[in-house]
Amino acid sequence: MLVSMQGLTVALPSGADRSLAVDKVSFEIDANEIVCIVGESGSGKSVTAHAIMGLLPRGVTATGGSILFDGVDILRQPPEALRKMRGCDMAMIFQDPMAALNPVVTIGRQIAEQICAHRAISQGRALKQAAELLGRMGLPAALLKSFPHQLSGGQRQRVMIAMALSLSPRLLIADEPTTALDVTTQAQILKLLKEIQAERQMSVLLITHDFGVVADMADRVVVMRHGAVVESGTTNAVLGAPSHAYTQALIAAVPKGEAILPPLPSTDPLISVTNLSKRFRRGGFFSHAPTIAAVDGVSLTLSRGETLGIVGESGSGKSTLARCVIRLLDPEEGEILFDGADIAHMRSGALRPLRRRIQMVFQDPFSSLNPRQTIGDILIAGPRAYGEDIKDARARAAEILRMVGLTSESLRRFPHEFSGGQRQRIGLARALMLKPDVLIADEPVSALDVTVQAQVLRLLDDVRAQMNLAMLFITHDMRVAAQVCHRVMVMRHGRVVETGPTRDVFAVPTDAYTRQLLAAIPGRLTATQ
Amino acid sequence: MKKFAAVFLGRPMALVGLAVFAAIVATALAAPLLFARGPFTIVGMPLLPPGAPGLLAGSDVLGRDMLVGLAYGARISLLVGITSTLGAVGIGVLLGAVAGYYGGVTDDLLMRVTEFFQIIPSFVLLMVLVAFLQPSLNSTVIGIALISWPQVARVVRGEFLSLRGREFVQAARTLGMRDAAIIFTQILPNALPPIMVVSSMMVGSAILTESALSFLGLGDPNLLSWGSMIGGSRSAMWVAWWTTVLPGLSIMVTVLALNFIGDGLNDALNPRRGR
Repeated sequence: MLVSMQGLTVALPSGADRSLAVDKVSFEIDANEIVCIVGESGSGKSVTAHAIMGLLPRGVTATGGSILFDGVDILRQPPEALRKMRGCDMAMIFQDPMAALNPVVTIGRQIAEQICAHRAISQGRALKQAAELLGRMGLPAALLKSFPHQLSGGQRQRVMIAMALSLSPRLLIADEPTTALDVTTQAQILKLLKEIQAERQMSVLLITHDFGVVADMADRVVVMRHGAVVESGTTNAVLGAPSHAYTQALIAAVPKGEAILPPLPSTDPLISVTNLSKRFRRGGFFSHAPTIAAVDGVSLTLSRGETLGIVGESGSGKSTLARCVIRLLDPEEGEILFDGADIAHMRSGALRPLRRRIQMVFQDPFSSLNPRQTIGDILIAGPRAYGEDIKDARARAAEILRMVGLTSESLRRFPHEFSGGQRQRIGLARALMLKPDVLIADEPVSALDVTVQAQVLRLLDDVRAQMNLAMLFITHDMRVAAQVCHRVMVMRHGRVVETGPTRDVFAVPTDAYTRQLLAAIPGRLTATQ
Repeated sequence: MKKFAAVFLGRPMALVGLAVFAAIVATALAAPLLFARGPFTIVGMPLLPPGAPGLLAGSDVLGRDMLVGLAYGARISLLVGITSTLGAVGIGVLLGAVAGYYGGVTDDLLMRVTEFFQIIPSFVLLMVLVAFLQPSLNSTVIGIALISWPQVARVVRGEFLSLRGREFVQAARTLGMRDAAIIFTQILPNALPPIMVVSSMMVGSAILTESALSFLGLGDPNLLSWGSMIGGSRSAMWVAWWTTVLPGLSIMVTVLALNFIGDGLNDALNPRRGR
């Protein structure tokens, strides 16, 4: 047994939303195994991991229990002894590799520095070791001279793993290592982690919120909620026969990646986009840098009552396309026929009466609501912009809040008093205030926990059906698209690679890239077995 | 708002600043009631030291009561400080908001204009402006506002640049709100904290600038201000220290109080500090 945690209790500073971040948590990590801690945000999973590294944030202290690492109690080690253990015996990788890497130091020097801090070897030899490590991570040695911003997200995370492995630690802690990455990159990084774990026979503690990742990676699972362990056991036992209701709910909330909605009978489209293109110029006004086609000749149709999913990885142009359709951006070429009128190049005066008929739900529940306005003011802003009576608008606001599952008492409160899922409901309510015909949802659930995600998706689908909305649903997650979309359109590098009824695309993907996306869905292999 | 008050009132220096500033404002407001005869009335021998009978702060080179002069001077200093700051904030917010919200060519043009004002030595520009407009209270206020607004415009533009990309602003656009409504009801309230901090500091620097102008004789000749008191007494500086030191101290205390208030506001309104 490498790590044995017994009754770990971590107190939060006074004024936090609860008194204990971690409440009597016990589990073990054996040598040569992968243990996953699963939980939603606020479950205490990250704090637990940081406690093992002796890296609890200021003001947060372990008040009870013990963490034995190979027999040594980490909670009772002096800081200098802990510093020596970190890196040599245990290493950690983080969710955001950009924030974890120093932006002004080359990759090579960052890795070499780590080696030199613990071993008495020359900078030259350390760099050589760094090159070997990069090679093992599938990165060219030329990257040693690069700076973090020159790398892609996946490359950065590989560099982080190389750094973590540079001193051959016995335990690697990975805190949501793939949450910020695209689904295909996530699959590659997880595969790399698993290979290296087997190769080096080390232990890995993987923190995740995604049961798909658990199914692919873990030997054993620890499920956490509100700072306490709810259930733990081997992966097969927990996933196959979860005993606790919360685990069951978590597993049930994971989208299965199977198309649910059948395609609708074809009707006249409400929106039809033809050959739409949008370019961005790099650099300043006078630079001759080439323009980049974010959206390149895309066509689509959307009917009333229908949900069209636009699926793609970051940089595929899916968000740019959505912002062109709602005219937050001005497309260069192509036409957008909305109810017979071409709105692609319409001037803002003529566009204004049409704007209210196309509304949008945004990705980030924290920046999409004005922090200085009450929910009531946020909701009536739209109707007031069109000169509607404030009393009528307020009455409708209360009605629509109930429709999205909130009470009218929320009208007087401010956005910070609500959780992420509730804020997304408010964002949806704001869009519905103008009784739109078209709803554009830009990654509406990607910032939410999986159980909340499921609720918001159900709400979106209900509202779509109830109000006979045409919905454009943008997502990077094939599993999410499968749940709410009648048809999907897969985008890559600004172009459409495949489009069709969700069922058909999932069952018989014709394009190689679509197949790659489907194969990268975590947990898919295990689920179909 | 409760949090704001708690942080602000939790800073002793901010409280001291607020108390001192309130006392100065009260004195300025009450001056005509307390000293109905006005600051220009000669009450006795010139250059009587503080503590002479009936003259708590002594008399100046012309035998006028220094105490009355200080109280009336506060009126001018505060009036100039506050109105010129309001003017500078008005111009700065408008131009900064338009530049930051629209970006692109609009931003480039407005920022070049801003830089034009910033690269000229501002006090020289002010002297030219005031001399051109004839020295008066109005020309002083207009002049100080005209040299101070670029600082506000820069701050506001920066805030607008970062806020305009936020999703709630995009949401306001998709709701069909007009640009003016978005600028004033959506973005500006979120940009207020830094504007308030800059303005509170700016009142102090405007008082200093006014004093310097008056010291040079470019203030309103019909009004007595702290700066013109120092300017008029500089020949007697070595024989009657109180004639220059007392108005100087008044300026210092007022500006210091405003800076303490500004620091307190900064801590209370800036979410990255204090909380």
